[in-house]
Amino acid sequence: MELLSKSASELASMLVKKEISSVELTKAQLDNIDKLNPKINSYLTVTHELALSQAKQVDDQRAKGESLPALAGVPIAVKDNLATIGIATTAGSKILQGWVPPYDATVVKKILANKMPILGKTNLDEFAMGSSTENSAYGPSLNPWDLTRTPGGSGGGSSSAVASMQAPLAIGSDTGGSIRFPAAVTGTVGVKPTYGAVSRYGLIALGSSLDQVGPVTRNVMDAAMLQDAIAGHDPMDATSLPESLGSMTEAAKNDSVKGLRIGIIKELTGEGFQKGVSEKFNEALEVLVAAGAEIVEVSCPSFQYAIAAYYLIQPAEASSNLARFDSVRFGLRVMPEGAATVEKVMSATREAGFGPEVKRRIILGTYALSSGYYDAYYGSAQKVRTLIQADLAKAFEKADVLVSPTAPTTAFKLGEKQEDPLAMYLNDIATIPANLAGIPGMSLPVGLAKEDNLPVGAQFLAPAREDARLYKVGAVLEKLLEAKWSKKMMDFAPELKVN
Amino acid sequence: MVQKDDGLRSRAEGELMAKDQLMDYQKALEAYEVVIGLEVHVELNTNTKMFCGCANVFGDEPNTNVCPNCLGFPGAMPAVNGKAIENSIKIGLALDCQIAATGRFARKNYFYPDLAKNFQTSQYDEPIAFEGKIDIEVPSGKVFTVEIERAHMEEDAGKLTHVGGSTGRIQGAEYSLVDFNRAGVPLVEIVTKPIYGAGDEAPELAAAYVRSIREIVKNLGVSDARMERGNVRCDANVSIRPKGEAKLGTRTETKNVNSLRSIERAVKYEIQRQAHLLSQGVAIIQETRHWHEDRGATSSGRPKSDADDYRYFPEPDLVPIKPSKEWIEQIRATLPEKPAVRRKRLMELWGFSELEFRDVVNSDLLDEIDETVKAGAKPQAARKWWTGELARIANSENKDINELAITPLQVAQIAELVESGKLTDRLAREVLTGVLAGEGDPAAIIAARGLEVVSDDGALLAAIDKVLAEQPDVLEKIREGKLQAAGAVIGAVMKAMSGSADAARVRELVIQRATEG
Repeated sequence: MELLSKSASELASMLVKKEISSVELTKAQLDNIDKLNPKINSYLTVTHELALSQAKQVDDQRAKGESLPALAGVPIAVKDNLATIGIATTAGSKILQGWVPPYDATVVKKILANKMPILGKTNLDEFAMGSSTENSAYGPSLNPWDLTRTPGGSGGGSSSAVASMQAPLAIGSDTGGSIRFPAAVTGTVGVKPTYGAVSRYGLIALGSSLDQVGPVTRNVMDAAMLQDAIAGHDPMDATSLPESLGSMTEAAKNDSVKGLRIGIIKELTGEGFQKGVSEKFNEALEVLVAAGAEIVEVSCPSFQYAIAAYYLIQPAEASSNLARFDSVRFGLRVMPEGAATVEKVMSATREAGFGPEVKRRIILGTYALSSGYYDAYYGSAQKVRTLIQADLAKAFEKADVLVSPTAPTTAFKLGEKQEDPLAMYLNDIATIPANLAGIPGMSLPVGLAKEDNLPVGAQFLAPAREDARLYKVGAVLEKLLEAKWSKKMMDFAPELKVN
Repeated sequence: MVQKDDGLRSRAEGELMAKDQLMDYQKALEAYEVVIGLEVHVELNTNTKMFCGCANVFGDEPNTNVCPNCLGFPGAMPAVNGKAIENSIKIGLALDCQIAATGRFARKNYFYPDLAKNFQTSQYDEPIAFEGKIDIEVPSGKVFTVEIERAHMEEDAGKLTHVGGSTGRIQGAEYSLVDFNRAGVPLVEIVTKPIYGAGDEAPELAAAYVRSIREIVKNLGVSDARMERGNVRCDANVSIRPKGEAKLGTRTETKNVNSLRSIERAVKYEIQRQAHLLSQGVAIIQETRHWHEDRGATSSGRPKSDADDYRYFPEPDLVPIKPSKEWIEQIRATLPEKPAVRRKRLMELWGFSELEFRDVVNSDLLDEIDETVKAGAKPQAARKWWTGELARIANSENKDINELAITPLQVAQIAELVESGKLTDRLAREVLTGVLAGEGDPAAIIAARGLEVVSDDGALLAAIDKVLAEQPDVLEKIREGKLQAAGAVIGAVMKAMSGSADAARVRELVIQRATEG
């Protein structure tokens, strides 16, 4: 267990020094998955043989003295909305049950090129629609800090896997907070890079103009190394940035925040935030100030429209993106009763294959794009997007990075918000603006809320392409907090009793 | 938009076959004014598809040129084919259009089994080219200026084959097959503004317009422009209104019109059909109609209204295209001459009369004759072969002349052999038959069939002497100056030589024999 709680960067260095082999590490990791996953449900598919064969290959290459990438041999978990050759890819939906893609997502290709054994595919809300994994057609994942609570969503499979030592690293995707919120409620680090920094090719699209792939890890350096491994221009993704954003690994070696201007977003503090969340958030700020950072207050008034705009744009894009699930070429096919026509087969398949939240958003999005409503809904939402970008641009004149709690509360109970979609949507108040603006955001743990002993996350935001700033401030804050606590965040985690 | 089949909501086939009543064409035009609008889809001949690297090839094994992208698999993303954009700009410039400083793609959402993503990536509010015009000459010699509203880029859909029904249509079919090879092939859709004032020449104008578009895209080299393969497809919008009425009539959109002749016939048919209905006080239904070449009629397809809701929105997976001014000017500089200019030049170069030239244009043979002349034939000979014998054969086989299995080079070779006296007209026709039958080039056919003109006087004289021996009185007649008597001998000699003799030379030799004696 001690081995498995090590960070990816520590494991990488042990592998380089041959203190451990990738096969040993991967095997230990798989054993822990076999023990925990039946309870926590982090993984939808565990790829034992594949992971071990990849690990063996790396070990062989290392034995021959070949030069290997930084994270070579460190195993990783991949969210199940990224296409993987030969491995079932479901996006948490029944409509894709058993579908095995004939191609790899670009991110997966990069993971393979970085020689990282793939442990399996992690659970998510169906098509990444949700904040709790309760919308997964394959059951929710549980929060290792409290098994009655959500590990967040949509990427609760990845966050719970990393938090419960079922993987040192995981890949997530973030459309409105699906990396950052799960990270916040599981005491892990989650980064949504700048839109276009990481290729979306092979990511099963939710909201194409919002989606971004990113790392879920147990510390800032690991996230930096993983972002470096998966980022870069991809000709297969027309929206991917042509330029490199530089080395995040270098940025994460930063040890000073002296003179750094940190902007507190007025609209994302105070009222509506759980007391323990605000307390831990403020303590983190004090630590930064003590280290020489400067706090300024900024205002982004348009944030009040962010959730409304998001829940028009994202369902609109989703309604179109999900049209391809029609049973004609792949996935589930349900034959209707009576005489079948292609229209009836499509309809029966979609009726049976999609869950209630997916249907809700398809209906919302279809409506928002309808002739006569387009300007009022989709058109207005796009205008809000422009306003949010303008507010942020102004804020970034005063501050180098912006900060807020990642979420209003700590992990909520499973079932607590399931009957109230609106309450669930409001959960993403702090994370959604970054997606609407295309800017990078990082959530990192800042302690446990006094009232429930559950992890609290702080979110840092930076201007587009300035992802490095997040790693610079994140690395310092993490170090300062660990010094203050005399331990790491994960050391606070209760022992998992799964039997 | 992409041409669809009958749609899922079509009426029963029985109803489709109901026979329309038509008003006499001239009467219809006395009472009504015709307004047409044309949408032409041009399939670009780029090596690869619009948004992926799959080969853009006609006629391959079904579903062999496909990938996750054009099959609409989850997670696949489009990447724009730069060549397709360049070619679209070429078309826009050739139609005197303005080229957009930024062009966006949009998603057009509708469910159809040939549409892999169940949305078509197209252009909506920001087409690549807009506001152009083109002068179209109709057979009477009148010239109309057709205004172009827009030319936009989009992807083609797959191809459906309905199996098991009696008609090959979706109704009554047991099952349908989808071939996605065509899915994602780049298309440019060229849309005209409403065309007024063509009167009884509206059908000819429609055909002449499509012919010009075809000529333009072919000369630009951006499309194979073969209508029989669907490289150029036309949807014809037709409406009529009582003369003097300001309000436009309800239009129908006739699809599936894939030859120039059909376009003309379909427009004429719709005018007559609509005129009859209006004269009976029956309202025209706004709908899609289908042209049936075999019956020479249109039939009702799917009702279509302007309220068809495709939920267009900007394609979030693609960034806007921003062709630079410099690039556009570079492309402009490479454009070939305009059709009207080219026609004028060729008419002078070839020395055809206006009538001859118009016949060539209206027979759609300009390119063939141009290439035949370039291959070495004399212009008049090239014209005669194409508008004469080849047109006759195409007509008798009920084919488009461009579909005949003969190249301009082969026609030029035959013309040259006749010119040099190596083939008689009759032999040349035989060689032509051989070429069309796929026996090879003229030279090979001549060798294989032994068709060359016998120019060996010895052989000819032997044949002549044999005939003269049978008809001794002929020599006398010729000697008396009755030269026409030679005709019978020449005919008999030609027959004996199986036509492989030069008749003029035979005549010379016959007269020579007579004078010798």
